Amino acid sequence: MKTIHRRLVLALAGAGLAFGAPLAALAQNKVTLGVAIPSADHGFTGGIVWWANEARKELEKKYPDLKVIVKTSKDAGEQANQLQDLVTANKINALVIFPHESAALTKPVQQVHSKGVYVTVVDRGLTDESGQDAYVAGDNTAFGKVPAEYLAKALGGKGDIVALRGIATTLDNERMDAFTGVMKAYPDIHLLDAKYANWNRDDAFKTMQDFLTRFKHIDAVWAADDDMAVGVLKAIDQAKRTDIRIVFGGAGAKGMIKTLKDGTDKRIQANVSYSPKFIYDAIKLTAEARLKGEKLPAKTIIPSVLITKDNAKDFYFPDSPF
Amino acid sequence: MPTPPESTEAPAGAGARARHAWARLHGLGPVVGLVVLCIAGFALNHDFATLDNAMNVLTRTAFIGIIAVGMCFVIVSGGIDLSVGSMAALIAGGVILLMNSLGKHHVPPTLAVVAGAGFAVLLGALFGLAHGLLITRGRIEPFIVTLGTLGIFRATLTWLSDGGAITLDNDLADAYAPVYYASLLGVPVPVWVFLLVAVVGAAILNRTAFGRYVQAVGSNEQVARYAAVDVDFTKLITYVLLGACVGVATLLYVPRLGSASPTTGLLWELEAIASVIVGGTALKGGSGSVVGTVIGAILLSVISNILNLTSIISVYLNAAVQGGVIIVVAFMQRRRR
Repeated sequence: MKTIHRRLVLALAGAGLAFGAPLAALAQNKVTLGVAIPSADHGFTGGIVWWANEARKELEKKYPDLKVIVKTSKDAGEQANQLQDLVTANKINALVIFPHESAALTKPVQQVHSKGVYVTVVDRGLTDESGQDAYVAGDNTAFGKVPAEYLAKALGGKGDIVALRGIATTLDNERMDAFTGVMKAYPDIHLLDAKYANWNRDDAFKTMQDFLTRFKHIDAVWAADDDMAVGVLKAIDQAKRTDIRIVFGGAGAKGMIKTLKDGTDKRIQANVSYSPKFIYDAIKLTAEARLKGEKLPAKTIIPSVLITKDNAKDFYFPDSPF
Repeated sequence: MPTPPESTEAPAGAGARARHAWARLHGLGPVVGLVVLCIAGFALNHDFATLDNAMNVLTRTAFIGIIAVGMCFVIVSGGIDLSVGSMAALIAGGVILLMNSLGKHHVPPTLAVVAGAGFAVLLGALFGLAHGLLITRGRIEPFIVTLGTLGIFRATLTWLSDGGAITLDNDLADAYAPVYYASLLGVPVPVWVFLLVAVVGAAILNRTAFGRYVQAVGSNEQVARYAAVDVDFTKLITYVLLGACVGVATLLYVPRLGSASPTTGLLWELEAIASVIVGGTALKGGSGSVVGTVIGAILLSVISNILNLTSIISVYLNAAVQGGVIIVVAFMQRRRR
């Protein structure tokens, strides 16, 4: 039985050699996967670029029939041009895109889709979903809800909070709405003010300095991003203020996760996951499904969960730049 | 602020004197603007007038202010430099990498900090020299040269940091921190450095032969050439000075957060250029004022400080308020045609 089996395999292999490509194509689809992502202009997008390249290296090694092309762009216009190049020059048959803006990229992505390319959209959904086959995203509502619930509980339902916001986008609004939505249930928690600090350490430093000048008592800061949390902590240190008990960042940057894991700053007690790793997941899911000729579920949400000292090690990626 | 060609045609007399007084009054535009803003700030939130807040604002202005003083020279000479923000980011990254590697080789932290600070100024001056050579010897427009290096500097930093942050090691950060956080006679170190740079800058521009050459070159390059001014050398030195100023600003910036990332120094070039112009220097060159530049830089940070201290205006409109104030102040100090 065993020898027959082996002979069969040999025969098949011989046939495979003789017929070469056609047989291989039957067994597995050839996939040329385009990946269009924002260029590394801050910590989070830096992580996106790093994880996308990790996925490319790993998957191309594992699947000889797969070719992954990663393109980064600085704005929506450049990204739209890259989509055209990917279709005409690189002849892609699958696309994973992290759009700069939902509305601006909807038409260009529809164009790509109409040429028979399988499209997976990541993080920012298109305004018209007919142009996408699958959607993979982080959970922005939980990104605002998890810290709100944590802070409400940690403060015992009472206290003064200031918040920082990122850049005025739908994504930022979703997080803020989720945060204030939870806080409505806690009338004794006062959100003193929320200002934009552009997901930027320097702007967060300045904004926090001014909050400290303005408010004589603050119990907790929702910095809403780990880069901004860095600036917030420095500003508090400089002002030598001891009233702030908790600084809640977000997204799980490696520096902050390390601080949390090692317990080196008592103001950092928790975080919420929103890892740029979802681009890696999206590329891997898309590539593996297309190689088998399968489809992805229409919507995959990568949950944002609370990170505390206990589970911090599961979210610590020391090699990632983010 | 009379320009050299104007003085040749203006006869001495009551008319000239009146015109001079008029020009001086308009030179006060930024000062008036700053005073009005400060009164508004105090009215909106009394904490605005505290010493701590004033020092916060002056300290955070120091980076842009120091760069703006250098930028003032470049603009007066008829040039422009769009790369300063990216340059600051790359210098910050370079300094941190150098200091970290010195730290790994057991160089004492204080020595590593001194070496890093010196390296910052040197690197800045070298970048400025490269700009100057490309502009004078290479005969390329400064706008294009510095637009090119804007991309080169920032991309190099992004590459060095893998798109993330380059962070200073802890013991070095502790040794370096006083450069930003310490005070001398109640005034933070960066403010002292800012003051020193401004005083030296004003003295060079107004009291030295080189300062007059800079104004002459910016006013009319051909005439300056006929007057035996070494135009290329003068231009070259303005870019080296600006580069050194960026180096000084960066060596004050690094200890604040102890890190450099692709967002470091973003749009600093526009803030620096705006400070110079709001302060009464003409973008076309020829004449300018270091004191005005300093006031312009402070004015710009006061606006955002006031906006942070109040919430009467929707946060969505912050940038519009800033834009409006800049235009009003520029209107107050506009020149006569």
